[in-house]
Amino acid sequence: MKRIFPILSVITAALLAYALYQALVVAPTDAQQGDVYRIIYYHVPSAWTAFLLFFINFIASIQYLVSAKASTKAAAKWIVLGIGVVGVIACFLPQVQRMLPVGMRPSAVATTVLAIPLFYFLIGRLFPGQKLDVLAVTTAEVGVVFCTIVLVTGPIWARPVWGIWWAPGDIRLTSTLVLWLIYVSYLVLRRFSNSAQTQMLAAALAVFGALDVPLVYFSIWFFRTQHPQPVIGGGGSMDPRMLHVLLISWIAFLCFAFLVCWSRFRLELLHREIEEAHAMESLLGAGAGSKASLPLSRSSR
Amino acid sequence: MNAIKFLIAAYVATWAIHGVYLASLVRRFSRLRQQSRELEKK
Repeated sequence: MKRIFPILSVITAALLAYALYQALVVAPTDAQQGDVYRIIYYHVPSAWTAFLLFFINFIASIQYLVSAKASTKAAAKWIVLGIGVVGVIACFLPQVQRMLPVGMRPSAVATTVLAIPLFYFLIGRLFPGQKLDVLAVTTAEVGVVFCTIVLVTGPIWARPVWGIWWAPGDIRLTSTLVLWLIYVSYLVLRRFSNSAQTQMLAAALAVFGALDVPLVYFSIWFFRTQHPQPVIGGGGSMDPRMLHVLLISWIAFLCFAFLVCWSRFRLELLHREIEEAHAMESLLGAGAGSKASLPLSRSSR
Repeated sequence: MNAIKFLIAAYVATWAIHGVYLASLVRRFSRLRQQSRELEKK
């Protein structure tokens, strides 16, 4: 495992450099906006990465909440499975398709619905017990970093294109800011609360926070906003060369996010290990001559 | 030309934010490693 991280880091650095080259040199210039539109290659992949991380946080939080009781865990498993099956079938019913916004493909919605049980079972299998909570805090923190980039690059892009830094009252912008605030409060709760219930409270907050993600994403379909309409999966048209660069950029950012999450996950494990060792030390007594050792095996990471 | 400034600003801001976060991770790692070494010494 020690060798994989540096190898992945080199691959990711090469991918990011390639994505930068594609974004600045290869991608064609936009006829209306000129070169400033190239902010899209950092703004949009950062937004997608943040959404994905908040989605993982949501799934990990639900898993953590239901894992307290075996009966709840079993019930949740069937509910998630039901959501997947019913959701996919519903996407292909004409009545449901009529309700979808113009340009939104039912297959895209079905794939998103299918991702819920897929991620749920995958995360449950890969991150048992307390590791679910570690994953939740990891994805929330890294997600906030990517969401911050979205909120910073957005106004920088808006100023030359719209003539304003921020459109007050715009639902896409406001809901993104609210999403960021919810996850910042989640991190503040985790950082400063010492209650035994902190993990449960944070998981509950994360579930409510994640409800804002669909609102952010679908706001441009359902409401009139200053923000442009979606260029992918929303009936808009994007030059295939631009789309190609956008996807390369997203892959590069996903690899980068994965590495950062990996580091943050290890950091959180080490932090908990040390806290546990300190607690053990306090219990055994400083003067008893006892030797406090780190409780978790390092080879397991 | 003026628009290029905004493009550069967005790209620099992105990497500045990532840089600050990565630096905070490194700082937290080294602090925890120090604590870990101290615990093992006891």
